[in-house]
Amino acid sequence: MGLADPINKTVRRVPVWSVYLMGAVPMGWLFYQGATGGLGPEPIKALEHRYGLIALQLLVAGLCITPLIRFVRINLMRFRRAIGVLAFSYVAAHLLVWLVLDLRSIALIWSDIVKRPYITIGMVGFLCLQPLAMTSNNWSVRRLGPLWRKLHKLTYLAVLLGAVHFVMLVKGWQWEPLLYLGAIVCLLALRIPAIQGPLLQVRGGAMKSAHPRGG
Amino acid sequence: MAIKTPKLSWADVTPESVFVNRRQILAGMGALSLGGIAGRGVAQGDLEPNSYEDITSYNNFYEFGTGKEDPARYASAMTTDPWSIEIDGLVDAPGTYDFAELVTGMTMEERIYRFRCVEAWSMVIPWNGFELAQLLDKVGVQSGAKYVAFETLYRPEEMRGTRSPVIDWPYREGLRLDEAMHPLTIMATGLYGKPMPNQNGAPIRLVVPWKYGFKSIKSIVKISLVAEEPKTSWNMIAPNEYGFYSNVNPAVDHPRWSQATERMVGGGLFASRQDTLMFNGYEEDVAALYDGMDLQKSF
Repeated sequence: MGLADPINKTVRRVPVWSVYLMGAVPMGWLFYQGATGGLGPEPIKALEHRYGLIALQLLVAGLCITPLIRFVRINLMRFRRAIGVLAFSYVAAHLLVWLVLDLRSIALIWSDIVKRPYITIGMVGFLCLQPLAMTSNNWSVRRLGPLWRKLHKLTYLAVLLGAVHFVMLVKGWQWEPLLYLGAIVCLLALRIPAIQGPLLQVRGGAMKSAHPRGG
Repeated sequence: MAIKTPKLSWADVTPESVFVNRRQILAGMGALSLGGIAGRGVAQGDLEPNSYEDITSYNNFYEFGTGKEDPARYASAMTTDPWSIEIDGLVDAPGTYDFAELVTGMTMEERIYRFRCVEAWSMVIPWNGFELAQLLDKVGVQSGAKYVAFETLYRPEEMRGTRSPVIDWPYREGLRLDEAMHPLTIMATGLYGKPMPNQNGAPIRLVVPWKYGFKSIKSIVKISLVAEEPKTSWNMIAPNEYGFYSNVNPAVDHPRWSQATERMVGGGLFASRQDTLMFNGYEEDVAALYDGMDLQKSF
């Protein structure tokens, strides 16, 4: 792998805090844009959708970390927590825009959650992320031990629900959400031993030493 | 029958400056400009139109993409001159009419209407146009006709959104004949006294203010008078979500979202929702069309 080593070397010099910073900037910037007319004449929906989309993109990015190591030996593992925490923050911001700016009524919120399957699905996805965000610290990793890895497999469900939520909320069958769903299904499929095994064999036995921790 | 008449836009008839100071005109005219009719349901003078910028930058016109900003970005690729409209079916004078020829002799008016999208947002739009009834009278509706079917232009080389199969192109809509003949139903050829912008359905579109926006089909190239209820695009895609009638009705929710409230476009990041009105506020004028119908079933 001629390319993986230089990439890994460069990446090692990038501090993790810079990923948090880069990830957080769009949140504030988009809000500012929305408040000052930069998101068009319907900024509430625009902000809701932009936060939601960034959340989904970050979740997809998080799913890429392990396959990148396994299959191409590019190691971005040290950024995975930052990506996950940022993804959760964007989901929370997406939800807050919906609650505080969009609906503004407990009755409307409750009836939407109960009556609208795509919102129910989105909420379940959000709830799945809750314990993951709460345990995204070194103390929890140590405390929970092997249980931590099991718990964090909930990400798979959350990401899948997020993509289904996106597919369901648009009118008709549109390309964009279906592409996200397709990508996520592929990334999850790479984790199935029956699919992963043959792929790794193709890559050659040398890859085995590069097996990462975590799933 | 293709006698070319000079193409006059509404802006040629009325100086733009007259349109600019909207509220003064409204104060002067009151409900007069609506021929009295819409004034009963919604006092026209109470409606504050959205800005030209809002109306022309936030659109659903899937022929140019599914994003709200796609039509403003890509609709300029659509050729609207020359433009002809085929009128067929149960009419006395079927044929392909040049746009200018078709609108000749029509009484042009300004109509300030609420516009309520099925996605629960709304605007107020000052349309320029004429009653569809005038056009139908011009071509002569035959006695067997019960419905009017409309089609939007389908020209893939100018409409990048049609590469996506989200809709079985061309876009189709339809009205029952009495809905089509109703004085609130207009064919709009402009807004704010300017020729219709491409993203809003140039050069000519339908506007049915008491129905969800998708019924108000854009860039019309075909009108058919028919005996049977015509196929309509959104109903073809999801019949459980979009009925043939699609009257604005806060009591009948879309399966995936509530229709009880709506948000006025242009209110900014901190604007709140407002209650959606039955028949979008035109109940007094149009409710009689649906006497005896179960609007929960015929949604």
